[in-house]
Amino acid sequence: MNTITTELETGTTHSDSTFLRTNALESEAIYIFREVVAQFEKPVLLFSGGKDSITLVRLAQKAFWPAKIPFPLLHVDTGHNFPETIEFRDRLAKELGVELIVRNVQDAIDAGKVKEETGKYASRNSLQTVTLLDALEEFKFDAAIGGARRDEEKARAKERIFSVRDDFGQWDEKNQRPELFDMLNGKIDLGQNVRVFPISNWTELDVWSYIEKEEIEIPSIYFAHKRKTFIRDGMIWSAEDDVVYREEDEIVEERLVRFRTVGDMSCTAAVLSDAVSIEKVVGEIRESTISERGARIDDKRSEAAMEKRKQQGYF
Amino acid sequence: MEVLKIATAGSVDDGKSTLIGRILYDTKSLTTDKLEAIESRSKANGFDYLDFSLATDGLVAEREQGITIDVAHIYFSTANKSYIIADTPGHIEYTRNMVTGASTSQASIILVDARNGVIEQTYRHFFINNLLRIKDVVVAVNKMDLVDYSEEKFNAIKAEFENIIAKSDYKEQNITFVPVSALKGDNVVTTSDAMPWYKGESILDHLEKLNAQDVFEKGQARFPVQTVVRPKKDEFHDFRGYAGKLYGNDLAVGDEVTVLPSLTKSTIKEIYFFDKKFEKAGRGSSINITLTDNINVSRGDMIVKTGEEPSIEKAVTAKVCWMDSKNLVSRSKYLLKHGTNQVQAMIESVDTVLATDFTGNDSEADSLTLNQIGTVKIKLAKPVFYDKYVDNKSNGSFILIDPQTNNTAGVGFIE
Repeated sequence: MNTITTELETGTTHSDSTFLRTNALESEAIYIFREVVAQFEKPVLLFSGGKDSITLVRLAQKAFWPAKIPFPLLHVDTGHNFPETIEFRDRLAKELGVELIVRNVQDAIDAGKVKEETGKYASRNSLQTVTLLDALEEFKFDAAIGGARRDEEKARAKERIFSVRDDFGQWDEKNQRPELFDMLNGKIDLGQNVRVFPISNWTELDVWSYIEKEEIEIPSIYFAHKRKTFIRDGMIWSAEDDVVYREEDEIVEERLVRFRTVGDMSCTAAVLSDAVSIEKVVGEIRESTISERGARIDDKRSEAAMEKRKQQGYF
Repeated sequence: MEVLKIATAGSVDDGKSTLIGRILYDTKSLTTDKLEAIESRSKANGFDYLDFSLATDGLVAEREQGITIDVAHIYFSTANKSYIIADTPGHIEYTRNMVTGASTSQASIILVDARNGVIEQTYRHFFINNLLRIKDVVVAVNKMDLVDYSEEKFNAIKAEFENIIAKSDYKEQNITFVPVSALKGDNVVTTSDAMPWYKGESILDHLEKLNAQDVFEKGQARFPVQTVVRPKKDEFHDFRGYAGKLYGNDLAVGDEVTVLPSLTKSTIKEIYFFDKKFEKAGRGSSINITLTDNINVSRGDMIVKTGEEPSIEKAVTAKVCWMDSKNLVSRSKYLLKHGTNQVQAMIESVDTVLATDFTGNDSEADSLTLNQIGTVKIKLAKPVFYDKYVDNKSNGSFILIDPQTNNTAGVGFIE
């Protein structure tokens, strides 16, 4: 049998240095999951089918084994998700025996609650917020666990692990509760809810290294594949479907690409890559000089784009 | 990879953001798109140099006012270590943020402006490092380029600082002085030719050699139970696991343990991490343990080695850093959260407000205002199982929650 040690203890138990870091981060994330279940009545895990939420699912499995994950998964489907991600989502939920709740942005559009953006940069990304808040209210979820990380974006870097939202889902960035040591205060009033971020302290590389080490399956679009694409503003966009608006003079070519994040198709650009395996993806991330969200057009709208969306209840 | 968490505090004027920016830049941790954003923003603001605070001040209000309001977390890594910097504002009105940032850090960087020497803010920052028992402190004497890289100036500041250290009761603290110019990059990541008289290491070289220990230093093993795992599956019919994070020291299968507060005795039967069994678990690991006896254990209970029981009391005396705009006064009621245990608390008395400048001029008081640190006596409705903060950080600290607002109103360090 083995001895569990975290890297904080020894720093020498594993040969590959990137794996070790994940151990302390892994214990921290498991600790956070257990606090959520102990402190809240009705938690839910926000599942997008992306690598961060897939990592969350694995951590939740570890936190409660041999019991099943004690909360459902919620996917806010923009209707513009990559088909590979949707197929993957359904299969994973089935394998885990966990309830999967899907709520569609299209329903909010049809009901006239939100208006579809138009034009060259139209995206359903920001429309997700309304559907998310509706779903939290419908099921009376008091804690929504998400895969956001502080290294993603500088407004995220200011967010707490337990982030309290008011009845309107708003983030009050100037009045956040201090988080000391690892003590998490989940006390809320009726109507409020808390967004929980167990992998706050992980970097993109930590997530990829963890996926590699744990041999976690992820959707195929994360690996290099041939795709019909066109170039706009120096970024590569998928042309395989009519979700992304394309001008007549934007020429479609087949390129070898992969995706670093899998948000809404309309705001997620691809990168040129020949990384067909997880080892190669990890190698690529390590060498990359462009940040992960550099390929997310939703953050490029303005310097405060993320902060504004969060104030409105975005996760 | 090892993770080292570092706290920094200081205002923009100290060059703190420049120092962090310099570290990020020289370790090639700033990606092209982030660097371009900083370049274009600096230019738009009419600056002659890159304003690295733009990389860390993530809120609109911070960028408007040019100040850091809240703790920001900055991530970078070298070939052998990953670093998390908790960057906090240094002014007196942000003492609570400094305490928050320091609470999760194993090391700390205190910035001193070479032109101004040790100032009130330096004292306060060191005081907080002291209060929280931060093991490794780097005193970065910055802006050496503006004092002609003068060795005399550096030595004078060092001597002044050593006067404060002499008053400290934390003799195990390692304090290292480094003369730097964050703007020019001297002794930040690489050692500098500009100061041949300095024989020490650069800040990063020093940090690289530190042992990334747990924030919670070694003490006696403490296992606060977070939740009880009962799978209710056929193959684990009788499984009853106690899930939690282990602090202080190791626990092993076969260890005789006592459960608090019931004082029931048992023995550790199994230690699980996910679906694997282990003989022994090191501190810091989130594990799931089973006991040989079928006894009643629930959230808020604590499992410790028999013979190593902590104090079990319905009253504590603690140094409290107050974080709420509503003053802390005697007879007021709060929820005291200590590990996974939560009890009703009544403030019996506020005794003194501590001077954070090492003058020892503590003043008698009957209340604590926002950002003050004082000694407080607290009565509890049910017992807590605690150690002194200096003996066991995780089991010697607590937070006070205002039952009306649910806010975290203060943090305590048990005496």
